[in-house]
Amino acid sequence: MKMERTEKTLENVNLAFVDAVLDKYGCDKSKVIAIMQDVQEKYRYLPQEALTHIAKKVGISESKLYGVATFYGNFSLDAKGKYVIKVCRGTACHVRKSSNVLQALYEATGTGEEKSSSDDGLFTIEIVSCLGACGLSPVVMVNDVVHAAMTPDKAKSLVADLREEAHEHA
Amino acid sequence: MREKIGSLAEFQALQEKCIAAKKAEKRKVLVCCGTGCAAGGNLALYEELKNQIAAHGLSFEVALGDAHEDSVIGVKKSGCHGFCEMGPLVRIEPEGWLYTKCRAEDAKEIVEKTILGGEFIERLGYNRGGELSKRQEDIPFYKKQTRRVLEHCGHIDAESIEEYLSIGGYTALAKCLFELTGEEIIQEISDSGLRGRGGAGFPTGRKWAQVAAHKEEPVKYIVCNGDEGDPGAFMDRSCMEGDPHKVLEGMIIAGVATDSTEGYIYVRAEYPLAVHRLTIAIAQAEELGILGDNILGSGKSFHMHINKGAGAFVCGEGSAMTASIEGNRGMPRTKPPRSVDKGLFGKPTCLNNVETFANVPDIIKKGAAWFRSVGTEGSPGTKAFALTGNVVNTGLIEVPMGTTLREVVYDIGGGIKNGKKFKAVQIGGPSGGCLTEEHLDLPMDFDSLKKVGAIIGSGGLVVMDEDSCMVNIAQFFMNFICEESCGKCTPCREGTTRMNEILTRITQGNGRMSDIDELKSLAEMIQSSSLCGLGKTAPNPVLSTLLNFEDEYVEHIRDKRCHCGTCKALSQFVITDKCIGCTKCARNCPVNAITGTVRHRHVIDTTRCIKCGTCKANCPVGAIKEG
Repeated sequence: MKMERTEKTLENVNLAFVDAVLDKYGCDKSKVIAIMQDVQEKYRYLPQEALTHIAKKVGISESKLYGVATFYGNFSLDAKGKYVIKVCRGTACHVRKSSNVLQALYEATGTGEEKSSSDDGLFTIEIVSCLGACGLSPVVMVNDVVHAAMTPDKAKSLVADLREEAHEHA
Repeated sequence: MREKIGSLAEFQALQEKCIAAKKAEKRKVLVCCGTGCAAGGNLALYEELKNQIAAHGLSFEVALGDAHEDSVIGVKKSGCHGFCEMGPLVRIEPEGWLYTKCRAEDAKEIVEKTILGGEFIERLGYNRGGELSKRQEDIPFYKKQTRRVLEHCGHIDAESIEEYLSIGGYTALAKCLFELTGEEIIQEISDSGLRGRGGAGFPTGRKWAQVAAHKEEPVKYIVCNGDEGDPGAFMDRSCMEGDPHKVLEGMIIAGVATDSTEGYIYVRAEYPLAVHRLTIAIAQAEELGILGDNILGSGKSFHMHINKGAGAFVCGEGSAMTASIEGNRGMPRTKPPRSVDKGLFGKPTCLNNVETFANVPDIIKKGAAWFRSVGTEGSPGTKAFALTGNVVNTGLIEVPMGTTLREVVYDIGGGIKNGKKFKAVQIGGPSGGCLTEEHLDLPMDFDSLKKVGAIIGSGGLVVMDEDSCMVNIAQFFMNFICEESCGKCTPCREGTTRMNEILTRITQGNGRMSDIDELKSLAEMIQSSSLCGLGKTAPNPVLSTLLNFEDEYVEHIRDKRCHCGTCKALSQFVITDKCIGCTKCARNCPVNAITGTVRHRHVIDTTRCIKCGTCKANCPVGAIKEG
């Protein structure tokens, strides 16, 4: 997980929302993972202001919370794109050439191994170890929707479709 | 709105009602809405089916007993059938027909021909080599299976507690609450010989007895491990999605047996549908008073919580999982004390895998002898496997313990894809090993596999054909472990990194012959000095591929070749004599490395070739080989 914070991660955090989440879990420190999951669901990453607030309210140190947040692969301290494309690199997908799909996605979105999010803020490519849809390998998941039996060509048209969708929404 | 059940008699009355409602559904269409088929478009098909049925003016119900009529059509969303390769799937009852590769456009025909006319649509049937199998159970993929844990997966609406009750659900729990003592329940589980399905195979009955023995402790916990992290495994996901109440029932029984009142299910965040279905199941069970205080008026209580994982493979280890539920970094700790003595929140904890809990209700209902009627002496019962990779029929299967690899790969799996040769099977994920042709007749059970350096693990079976590079697979798993090592102990954190470096340089053509010995010595060190199971088993894929395919390592190191063509740095593109001289490859090569005249075999200049693969992709006759 990347620790550096970039300019684009700075945005206004609605502390009332964070408070509502904290209330839902009774400010219980054993629930910090669930609390952070809810916050990340809204902001698509964990803003620093939110983390500081959570640490204070549940009564643990900021460093402890930071330790938990950075331990788990699903938490991100950087802002993510509108579409989070999870590319399965599990064994079944691997033997059915998921690396080529990943490469095609990098190229189509303008991302890469060292740069997980695209400059236009639309895409974040994440590598996950297994999505559990091995029968349909290779698979990718876009915001909780599974796309099966991917090929480099299908990956490229998926990105094009998402781009179009984003354009229409805008 | 459901009413709370206050007594055994009320429970039995409700169950009778559900069974009668099920009987009234003369015709049923079950649309598979597991992760696989949903991705294939089955949700749209489900909606379209309802539209089409309504358009014909027929009455139908989506929830059991909705229609209050004697003869109705049930249109249900079911869980995973396991035959994901042929999905999206639709099952037709009462005939038991299975339609494969369905599309929303097929809904009209299904309604008009099958539902109205009772006619089988051959086009949608499973057809292999000209042989049509109408009934699901007649398809070779299912014929050889013994589905116990997965018996109802795909056959019932996974989001309805009434459907679960209609197939005898929660009867085992009622028996435990009103007829059996805690000791008797544990005795039955012990007699059945059920062993933990998560990988290690620890006797479940013994674990429960150890937790129950802490009579002095008022608070004990039941934890269900649904953190199915092994890449290539998805049986627990299908179980939680397809029959969530079965898992809950097993957990509540464990609670009754060990006198625990709190249960936690830890599910991977990558399984949103499993979390969704479990959440529904828990809410329904609470409404009916099957969960909560004073279950079915018995005076016993049990509360269920769901914890979503946050993406850490190591959390599948018991002590790491409890640390994660407590809201900490999921790092394993030194044992003893074991979790049965001091687990979650420092209290005695019974931690079992999803499939283990799902086995429990049937053992209580049908008895230990029934459970032992299949499987081997040391490993009774069945095991679910996720069959994936280069095999014809990928999917979820369940077979008796002791079934041979040959039966699984060839009879159920239908052999290797694209007519290629079988090379190996990787079993047990990153903690397991590979099995080769000589192991094809080995019975798959806990003890036989251990003898050959592999483990059942959680049950992932990845089939590899002749084109799969074993050094690459070893590097793949080591890379996975490197990323997932929690970093607490040095041998695992640094040792796996070193091993990964060595394997990477071998796959890139920079290996040294001394690397093989170095890999072995690092492996031994990591195995003997790591704290938890993740580290102790991390070198297994390397050791097992070294044992069975050392010549491939030597080929990579000494000859600088990867004959499978997987390791790009070592592979070369070669035009074989299949070439018809169409010149297409030469015209498409971006670096003009291909020469030849029309209607004559072309040649690739390997010094200029940049291995982009354009020629191979463009060749109309498949004459270009990589290796």
